[in-house]
Amino acid sequence: MSTKAGAKREPLLRMVKRDDLSPLRAWAYRGIAFILALVCGGLLILVLGHNPILVYRDMVIGAWGSSTVIRETIKLTVPLLVTAIGLAAAFKMKFWNIGGEGQILVGAVAAGFFGLYTAQIFPRPILIILMMLAGMAAGGLYGLIPALFKAKWRTNETLVTLMLNYIALAFVKYLMNGPWKAPGSTFPKMPMLVSGGRMTQVLGVHWGWILALVIVVIAWFYFNKTKQGYEISVVGESENTARYAGISVKKVIIRTMFISGALCGLVGMMQFAGADYTITEGTAGGVGFTAITVAWLAKMNPFGMLVVALFIAMLGRGSNTIQTIYKIPASASSLLIGIILFFMLGCEFFVRYRLVKRGKEVPDA
Amino acid sequence: MLDTTVALLVAAVLAGTPLLLGALGEILTERSGNLNLGVEGMMFMGAITGLIGSFFYEQAVIGAGLAPSGALSALIALLVSFLAGAFGALIYGFLTITLRANQNVTGLILTIFGTGFGNFFGEYFGLKAGGYIAVSKATKSAFAPINIPYLSDLPVVGKLFFSYNWMVYFAIALAIAMAWFFFKSRVGLNLRAVGEDPAAADAAGINVSRYRYFATVIGGGICGIGGMYMCMVTTSGVWVHGCVSGYGWLAVALVIFATWRPLRGMVLAVIFGGLMVMRMYISIPGLPAQIYEMVPYVITILVLVITSIRQSKEHAMPASCGLNYFREDR
Repeated sequence: MSTKAGAKREPLLRMVKRDDLSPLRAWAYRGIAFILALVCGGLLILVLGHNPILVYRDMVIGAWGSSTVIRETIKLTVPLLVTAIGLAAAFKMKFWNIGGEGQILVGAVAAGFFGLYTAQIFPRPILIILMMLAGMAAGGLYGLIPALFKAKWRTNETLVTLMLNYIALAFVKYLMNGPWKAPGSTFPKMPMLVSGGRMTQVLGVHWGWILALVIVVIAWFYFNKTKQGYEISVVGESENTARYAGISVKKVIIRTMFISGALCGLVGMMQFAGADYTITEGTAGGVGFTAITVAWLAKMNPFGMLVVALFIAMLGRGSNTIQTIYKIPASASSLLIGIILFFMLGCEFFVRYRLVKRGKEVPDA
Repeated sequence: MLDTTVALLVAAVLAGTPLLLGALGEILTERSGNLNLGVEGMMFMGAITGLIGSFFYEQAVIGAGLAPSGALSALIALLVSFLAGAFGALIYGFLTITLRANQNVTGLILTIFGTGFGNFFGEYFGLKAGGYIAVSKATKSAFAPINIPYLSDLPVVGKLFFSYNWMVYFAIALAIAMAWFFFKSRVGLNLRAVGEDPAAADAAGINVSRYRYFATVIGGGICGIGGMYMCMVTTSGVWVHGCVSGYGWLAVALVIFATWRPLRGMVLAVIFGGLMVMRMYISIPGLPAQIYEMVPYVITILVLVITSIRQSKEHAMPASCGLNYFREDR
């Protein structure tokens, strides 16, 4: 930490690493960044000619104002939350799985096979279990493709997972147009799942929300209290350290990506059997991408993801409301999410470093 | 048969140009050591702003009772889309270079932000313009194929070389200029040094942060221009929701295949452009259209895997790519 003596003046601001910031202060900083992001989004709303406070208020009301919309918001939360936990498992080992969309779609297709073609054979509980297992297996296997390439040849997983999204999407379109096309339909769509194969509703929302809460607890336990969770963290910190410690990096990558894909596949199954009752190109609906932000904002903490997923679902639901009221396009939510993420990302710098003004403090040698 | 081949090649060049522009922007960025995965986002930002720029220019001129000039409108679109892409890259640069944020995450967020940005303003101005936003004939004709007397009329050769819109030639010129810049100019050499070994470059008196900022911001601007191509040429001057979808990511993959060399990028862009449009020109009996649609993506994965198997020093990514440089961490 030395400035070139005499050659240049000391810069106006310099950064010093801090090691003494209490978690409370750190969260206060993040809170400030969050509010600044909302202000920034508010300015945009202002420029568009609306009152930001009213727009924000109506967004909140649109998501939590009545039991009907609350159910809709929860319905949006479930896939976001479970996908985020799945992606977080991969992100924790610095494996950038952005193939959530594709893994959700293949999960839905695998579940769809049982749901659409064996619903007459099996009673509901067995059918649901079959669909879940199929969805998870398909999603997990789809997640294994980039994992194997990465483990063996260090192939760039970001691009492979992304390309697999487009492939899964094309496959769903193929099924809609051809083999799985609803009989008698003039335009491409799949048949509806018969009511006997649908997930039961609890408090107005399919019971996937209970499952999601259970997954949150299990995931927290898995990440923080088990040997496998620890291995994931070590691989994420440094692959060399992991190797010295005798951890098989390949094994961890492959195992974790199966879990990651399987959770996404489960989401596909729930979207099919609990929410939409059919499969379309929109079954994943951007959840695989939005969940990245959920996992990241929550710093890979499952309980944090529960809070963030509820918040993001609120933005998603609320943006539909403001589209109706103010004619502000619903894409506003993804714009706002982007702004919030930028601020949170920038804020981490101030959590790790502090700025010292010129001449305020003598730099120590 | 010849006609089909020529038509396919022409379509390949047209579809490959936005890929080339995106890849060129990203090559410049990655050569400086910044791995910006926000290409898709920056392309979206360039696409919508370029379109809106032209649209407002036309409205203003028509409002004043004059006829809009196509060339001026195209120039405005070029400038505005460059600025928009550069703005996205500036956010990325500020976060990664100054605030030391993780490059992968920042790039992904830039993609999310840029996609939202494009779709939001596309819909917003579409609603204002009464349904959808589209430029007038004057601007459209500025992006129409050029017509050089005699040359464009030549059989085959005329079609293959002299039948494109000006942006195709612009992209080719940019690729050649960039190749010269990297391998023949002093500044380009410095830039490569920053990307390979920032600590050594720093010791040699090169301002690492400045080089990274400039390369990233200009690279982002070029990506923005690539996005503008998508909505001016590919969708003929009309905003289509999600119009960039996937091209930005293919451009990122193209950078790897081109081994960070602009001229190779040019050739590969035509090949990948060809893969994107092949299904409209060559039908394979018994192959459903939707399965055919997968072809470019499957091939991208295959090539990615093959390049990763055959890794060599010479064709590797700039050594510091993806890593931030902190002088005091040395």
